[in-house]
Amino acid sequence: MAGPSFLKRLGPGLVPFVPYLWLAVFFLLPFLIVFKISLSDPAVAQPPYRPVFEWSDIAAFFSGLDLENFATLIDDSLYLDATLSSLRIAAISTALLLLVGFPIAYAMARAPQKHRPLLVALVIMPFWTSFLIRIYAWVAILKPEGLLNQALMGLGLIGDPLNILNTETAVYIGIVYAYLPFMVLPLYASLEKQDHSLIEAALDLGSPPWRAFWTITVPLAMPGIVAGSLLCFIPAVGEFVIPDLLGGSETLMIGKQLWSEFFSNRDWPLASSVAILLLLILVVPIVIYRDVESRQLEGRR
Amino acid sequence: MSSFRQNPSVGAVRRTFAPWADPSATPLIRVEQVTKRFGDAVAVDHLSVDIHDREFFCLLGPSGCGKTTLMRMIAGFEQPTAGRITLAGRDLAGVPPYRRPVNMMFQSYALFPHMSVEKNIAFGLRQDGLPKDEIAARVSEMLRLVQLESLARRRPDQLSGGQKQRVALARALAKRPKVLLLDEPLGALDKKLREETQFELMDIQHELGMTFIVVTHDQEEAMTMADRIAVMDHGRIVQVATPGEIYEQPKTRFIAEFVGDVNIIEGKVMGQEGGLWRVATASAEAPFTIDDPDEVLEKGQGVAIAIRPEKMTIRRGAPEPGTMNALTGEVWDIGYLGDWTVYRVKLASGEIMRISRANASRFVENPIDWDEQVTITFAPDAAVILAE
Repeated sequence: MAGPSFLKRLGPGLVPFVPYLWLAVFFLLPFLIVFKISLSDPAVAQPPYRPVFEWSDIAAFFSGLDLENFATLIDDSLYLDATLSSLRIAAISTALLLLVGFPIAYAMARAPQKHRPLLVALVIMPFWTSFLIRIYAWVAILKPEGLLNQALMGLGLIGDPLNILNTETAVYIGIVYAYLPFMVLPLYASLEKQDHSLIEAALDLGSPPWRAFWTITVPLAMPGIVAGSLLCFIPAVGEFVIPDLLGGSETLMIGKQLWSEFFSNRDWPLASSVAILLLLILVVPIVIYRDVESRQLEGRR
Repeated sequence: MSSFRQNPSVGAVRRTFAPWADPSATPLIRVEQVTKRFGDAVAVDHLSVDIHDREFFCLLGPSGCGKTTLMRMIAGFEQPTAGRITLAGRDLAGVPPYRRPVNMMFQSYALFPHMSVEKNIAFGLRQDGLPKDEIAARVSEMLRLVQLESLARRRPDQLSGGQKQRVALARALAKRPKVLLLDEPLGALDKKLREETQFELMDIQHELGMTFIVVTHDQEEAMTMADRIAVMDHGRIVQVATPGEIYEQPKTRFIAEFVGDVNIIEGKVMGQEGGLWRVATASAEAPFTIDDPDEVLEKGQGVAIAIRPEKMTIRRGAPEPGTMNALTGEVWDIGYLGDWTVYRVKLASGEIMRISRANASRFVENPIDWDEQVTITFAPDAAVILAE
């Protein structure tokens, strides 16, 4: 009798720890492993790094760890360039996504109530096909003899095929295409719950429609704009598949660099240190987001 | 017998402000034969009405009667399908809401949630590009008017319902529009606050000398505040008149039943005697004598007699012989409301009559009880004849 009642009392108290346990096992532990590898040295062995953790010789294990790989990241300008280039591509992509996504989300939020679920379903629809296949499809569209060039030349708009594939333009097209739902959905969520009478009130008080849009609609959609931008910016910085398939050799991105360290050079420790660097870079926008969020909560109180 | 009426004032309030009665006065707003259709549905149907400067005008009607649509057409949010609306002689067709000298207080208040109270009030003034110090002066004047000086820096979600209502009012008043439209302005307030606010709105309207047009479904609100009430039903105005006229001289059965409580007795016109109508009904043996000289009726015509509950008297026992306009029945229900006592009396014909009596004194000797036989009487001029 004592056992079950004790568990019953303890049970509800343990519930909050479930997500922490999940994070510890599936996030913190792998992170520590990657961090440990980043402090190791590459080796031609299985696994391809040294030292390997052993209880019998803990002292030797710890003495084998060093910051050599991080020093390499700083010394070799390739990694800094790749990081900056990634941030630039992600920032431009996010701006483009906002430019394309906002009108879509706005139109969805203004559509008749009964059509909205269908429109949301259509935005999510691409997820039903593999991401990789969709990006390969863009190769077929953008390549010199691809669908786009055939169509444009068929219409007589251009004489020579456009060279889009394997350029940064193709990377932007791919990112904007692939990430659009992540921009549209948070924007739609914040626009949809906006009370239309606020716009009418602004018009009534003498504000032309365009000014009502900038003074009422956009500020009230800010949570959606911030959420959508971060949801796109963060994964775009570490993007590997799109620059690899659509970008050219000159398209420098940190995710691509990480992949080649891991699989081409088989330098796990250096690749792990790149991963740690990427993580540190991405913590910054997340902290900013949290800050904005908490300030908004403050304002509401 | 002749008419009992010596003094033609209708209702308890004598009005000195009555521009609508002056044929030479030019109305501020003219709604001329306006129709509004949404698809197949007709929201407003060939509606015409004149509203005068400084008038407190109420559009009263059940939900879906088209009153809000009419208001939104005046504000410019909807365009009439046919007809025209003029303001101070200017046709408003094609004039967008942001260019009309009309402001609206929204039913939901529609306060901008990301702006403080003062920014909300200043919004309209800033659209006009007024100088900063003038905006500040006008905002503080408005805050004083609605007694919200201490809350200027709060955000709307930090305010109570009554405070939000005041901010919405101040924001709509700040631009000093010629016409202020108020959509169910007191709908979200509780009863006590609603009554106080009614009188405040009247004071503010009087002080600023503006024209107010209020949409409401609450007849008490309309009766209290309005100079004139337009009762609407199915997209048309059924009657436009002062609150007193609407209540005491309703034109149709719909109005009599929609505004206040009323007893309706159906009957047939027997004829006219000395200016008084004789109407036979199934509710009483003797025909009723009704003093409603304005009605033009034919002998044998089916009519409805409308009598307000407070205009009937109730007495214990059978009627004395020769009593005019008497009904007999049994007390079915008694409701004690404090200021009033309401009796529901079941007649032999099965109809239920509602009689109310003001509780003028605190103590009542031998009051009428449940199941007692009672006589109800009413004066000839207490009833209104409504042609069917």
